[in-house]
Amino acid sequence: MNIPEIVGAGLIVIGAGLGIGRIGGQAMEAIARQPEASGKIQTAMLIAAALIEGIGFAALFAA
Amino acid sequence: MHRFLRHHYLSDMQREFTVKILAFLFFMAPLFGMAQHELNGKGAEVGKDDKRSSIKEFINHHLLDSYDFTLYTVDEENNEHVSLPLPVILWDGGLKVFSSSKFHHGEEVAEVNGDFYKLYHNKIYKTDAQGALEFDDHHHPTNAKPLDFSITKNVVTMLLVSILMFLLFRGLAKSYSKNSGIPTGIGRFFEPLVVFVRDEIAIPNIGEKKYKKYMSFLLTIFFFIWFLNLLGMTPLGVNVTGNIAVTFGLALLTFLITTFTANKNYWGHIFWMPGVPKLMKIVLAPIELLGVFIKPFSLMIRLYANMTAGHVVIMSIIGLMFLFKNWIGSSLSFSLAFALSLLELLVAALQAYIFTMLSALYFGMANEEHHDDH
Repeated sequence: MNIPEIVGAGLIVIGAGLGIGRIGGQAMEAIARQPEASGKIQTAMLIAAALIEGIGFAALFAA
Repeated sequence: MHRFLRHHYLSDMQREFTVKILAFLFFMAPLFGMAQHELNGKGAEVGKDDKRSSIKEFINHHLLDSYDFTLYTVDEENNEHVSLPLPVILWDGGLKVFSSSKFHHGEEVAEVNGDFYKLYHNKIYKTDAQGALEFDDHHHPTNAKPLDFSITKNVVTMLLVSILMFLLFRGLAKSYSKNSGIPTGIGRFFEPLVVFVRDEIAIPNIGEKKYKKYMSFLLTIFFFIWFLNLLGMTPLGVNVTGNIAVTFGLALLTFLITTFTANKNYWGHIFWMPGVPKLMKIVLAPIELLGVFIKPFSLMIRLYANMTAGHVVIMSIIGLMFLFKNWIGSSLSFSLAFALSLLELLVAALQAYIFTMLSALYFGMANEEHHDDH
């Protein structure tokens, strides 16, 4: 691995981490507001997180 | 009053002292390793680099498929392993079947009916009797590769899981009919999971009307991926779902089922998106068509990358134990490895869930009825 690849991988991880962190945080907020909808929120959260993760991994492989 | 204060002060000091000792030990942990390093001098440094590369090699070897089921190594230098040889099946101007024990773990050239084959980095190449390999500029062998249909470690594991699942769920189905619909034994563990796949994955995503058609596939893929992920956690050392060919096959099944059970609304949404201006329809069509292939592609990459990353992280941390070589560092990495293994147990179930969930989502998209709202 040389330096551009490592920097690229780091940028990808920062981006994916920010995205998934935001999803998780917002989902927690939403569950706190409406605990009875937690099941639906969790499902939607996992799908969104999985989609971001997919893009992140694809980019990591390209890097 | 004065005595009370003093007493209080003392106990505070004691506590502080304990915290300091703990912090000291914690931060000294890497230094112990260093001190030992210095004592042993330069010889140890070479040994450590050696060890590091051998750990790397071990992890790489673990991630790959192999032609024999190696349980453990008795003597590394003499290449003695306790392993189960598996059949190698090649198509090279005729069918050739032989046991992988002929390769002697890549040490020797296998001779089959006058043809010679050699293992190089877990791939079979056709060679001459001495097993000479020719390399190109990128250090890849240029020897011919025969068509390989071998029953490798991954294939054996998948067959075992399939047989296990067949027997398990046949037995469960029988026990239901025997016991008038009440689960017995292990069925009490599996019934909630099956109901979970039906009520939380299939029905919300596909819909009440059509979910039954897809249930068998969703259940199969959920338990197949879950069992394989769990087997990857055992010391058997299999890494089936971390193999991109396997996840490609699983994603291909989802893709084929989505494509062949899709109704006209699905294709309408792809090639002629309703409710947008004509120019946009032309722009959207290629993007949507690309999306058809990106969806299963992301399924494939996600499962593969998650499982591979998990295995690499756990094995690296286990490898750290051998690098530290002192009781603090090793016990720290041991507890870290334990915690990560627990996390991996969660990931094993989560990835099976996500794969099933997204498959159900795609099936739901392929079966959407016409709405009036666009």
